[in-house]
Amino acid sequence: MIERSNLAVSCRGLVKRYGKLVAVAGIDLEVRRGECFGLLGPNGAGKTTTLEVLEGLLAADEGMVEVLGTEWGGDDRALRERLGVQLQETQLSDKLTVRETIRLFRSFYVRGRRVDEVIRLVELDAKAAARVGKLSGGQRQRLALACALVCNPELLFLDEPTTGLDPQARLSVWRILERYRETGGTVLLTTHYMEEAARLCDRVAIIDHGHIIALGSPVELVASLGAEQVVEVQARGEVTPETLAGLPGVSGVTAVDGSLRLNVREIGTLLPALLSELERRHAPLEKLTTHEATLEDLFVHLTGRELRDD
Amino acid sequence: MTDGARFRRLRPLAELTRVRMLEFIREPEAVFWVFVFPVLLAVALGIAFRARPVSSLDVAVAAEPAAAQRVEGLLRGAHGLRVHVMTAADADHALRSGRVDVVVEATDMTGDLRQGVTYRYDPTRAEGRAAQLAVDAALEKALGRTDVLEAHEEWVSRHGSRYIDFLIPGLVGLNLMGSGLWGLGFAVVSARTRKLLKRFAVTPMYRSHYLLSFMLSRLLFMVLEVAAIVGFGWAAFGVRVNGSFAALGVVSLAGAMTFAGIGLLVAARPKTIEGVSGWMNLVMLPMWLLSGSFFSYERFPQIVQPVIRALPLTALNDALRMIMNAGSPLAATWSQLAVMAAWGIVSFALALRIFRWT
Repeated sequence: MIERSNLAVSCRGLVKRYGKLVAVAGIDLEVRRGECFGLLGPNGAGKTTTLEVLEGLLAADEGMVEVLGTEWGGDDRALRERLGVQLQETQLSDKLTVRETIRLFRSFYVRGRRVDEVIRLVELDAKAAARVGKLSGGQRQRLALACALVCNPELLFLDEPTTGLDPQARLSVWRILERYRETGGTVLLTTHYMEEAARLCDRVAIIDHGHIIALGSPVELVASLGAEQVVEVQARGEVTPETLAGLPGVSGVTAVDGSLRLNVREIGTLLPALLSELERRHAPLEKLTTHEATLEDLFVHLTGRELRDD
Repeated sequence: MTDGARFRRLRPLAELTRVRMLEFIREPEAVFWVFVFPVLLAVALGIAFRARPVSSLDVAVAAEPAAAQRVEGLLRGAHGLRVHVMTAADADHALRSGRVDVVVEATDMTGDLRQGVTYRYDPTRAEGRAAQLAVDAALEKALGRTDVLEAHEEWVSRHGSRYIDFLIPGLVGLNLMGSGLWGLGFAVVSARTRKLLKRFAVTPMYRSHYLLSFMLSRLLFMVLEVAAIVGFGWAAFGVRVNGSFAALGVVSLAGAMTFAGIGLLVAARPKTIEGVSGWMNLVMLPMWLLSGSFFSYERFPQIVQPVIRALPLTALNDALRMIMNAGSPLAATWSQLAVMAAWGIVSFALALRIFRWT
C-alpha cells in the first residue's frame, strides 16, 4: 500500500453506466506522483470514460475518486488550476493562430508558463503566427499539448495523444512528454498503441470491457507471459491448441483468427519439435512467423483478441 | 481584493471576447450577412417602395375604338392620370399585375357614354381607390358637373413619414435580432460539436465568462451594425435620426443584449447545427412576420396586438422608431425597454442554468 500523499490519482470500485451499458465495471487505480501511467486497451474498453470521470467531466455511478488528494465536487476550480488535460477529439478554432489559442488558454489560469515558453516547449516556434486551420495533424496535436501544459500542471491527462499521427509526429509528441516528465510532472494517458505504452509508461493497466485485466510495468507484464518469443503458426489439417501446448519450450497457446500463437521460452528447442509434430500429423505448414514478446501478445493471450482492430 | 487580482479575474473574459471578435472578422461570409446584406435590403426596398408622386396613377381604357377615344379625350388634361388604351384582355392582365390602378370599361358602341362606364379596380389597394375616384371626378367634370366647393391643396412630404423612414429602424431591429441569434447560436453549437466547450469545461475558466464574452462581443459589433444601416439610410435616402444618438445607442444596446441572451438560450442545448437552425427559425419566424419590421403590425387583428407587443423585436422596432422617426426622448421608450430587459435577463439566466458543456 502506497502512502496516500504520494498518489496523484486514486480511485476505487469505479463504475460508470450509460443506460444498460456498463462502460466501466469496477476499476481500482493508483497513480503515483511523478509517474507516467498508461491505460492500454482496445477501442470501447472504457479508457476514455475512466479518464473523463477522473477529469471531473463525468460523475461516477459508484466508487471513490481522488485527484491530487481532492475529491470532485468541492473547490473544483482550484483543482483544475493544477491539471492539464488533452481530450481526444477537441478541434480548436481554425480561425485563430497558434499564439492566440495558447494565450486564450493561458488566461484561464492564475499561474502558469509564459506563452512563448510553451510554444518553444512544443516546438511550434515557426508556426506561432499560423492559423490553426493550416496546421498538420501532428502540429495540431502539439498545440493541444501546449494548451494542456500552459498551466504548468502537476498532473497531465492525455486521451490517445498520438492516435492517427505518423511515426515522426508521434516521436515528437513523445519527446515533449519526456521533457515534461523531467520536471517532475505526473502523466495519466490512454492509448491503444503498445509501443507507446512500452516507451512512455512506468506502469500500465490493460483494460478490456471495463475491467483491468493486467497491471504492472511493461517489462513485468511482458514477463508474465512467460515467454521471450511468440511463434505464430498456420497449418492445414487437424492442429488444435492442445496438440501444440505439450511441445517443449511452449508456455501457452492462443487461437486467433485461424492461426495459433505459441508463447515460447526457448525457440531453439521448439522449432524442430514443432516441424516434426506437424509432419507427423500430415498438416503442411502455411505460415510461420516469430517475434519478440510484447504487450500486444499479452493482450492477445489474455483476451484471445487483437488489441488493434485497424 | 487587490487591483491586480481583480484584473486577473477579468482577463479571461477579455481574452474570450477578443478571440470571439477575431473569429468573426476572419469569417468573410459572416461579415457579409451582418453588414452588407441589410444595406442591400435597404437599397432594394427603398427603391421598390420609394415615395411616388400621385401623378403616376395609371388608367387603362378598355372599350370599342370610338368609346375609347372619347374617354381618352375626356381624361386628357386631368391632373395626375396617365391613360393607356388597351384591349379588355390586356387591361385585365395589367390590373392584376399592378401596372394599372383602374380599368375603365365603356359598353357603348358609339362615342357618347350614355350607357355609362364601369370601373374595375382592387378596393384593397389604396392606389386603386384613389385612381377610381380621380377618374370618376375627371369624367364627371369633363361632362359638365360643376364643383360647388372651392378647395385648396397643401402638399406635405416630410422627412420622417416616408416608407424608407419607417423601414430603416425596422431593418436595424431585424439585423440586431438576426446577428444576435445566428451569430451566437452557430458559434456556440459549433464549439459544442467540436468538443471545444468540453475542453473549456476542464479548465478553471468561469463558465459565466464564456457566455458573457458573447454578450460583450455583440455589444461591440452592435455599434458597427447600427452605424452601417443608419449611416447608409442617411447617406442614400436622407433618413434622419430625429431623437438623440445617445438614446438610439441605449435602445440598440438593449436590443443587442436581449437577442444575445435569447441566442444563448436557443444554443444552450442543441448538439448539431441542424438542430439549432430549426430552433432559430422557430424563434425568429413569428417575429419576422409579426413585429412590424417591413410593415406596420397595426393591421393585424386587435385580439393579437398584446401578443405582438410582448415580442422583443416589436419592442425594439417600436423603440427605434420612436427615437429615429418621432424624435421621442429615451424615457418615452421605458415600456419597450422593460419588455426587452425581461426577455434578455430571463433568457440569459436560463441559458446559464441549462447550458450543455459536454
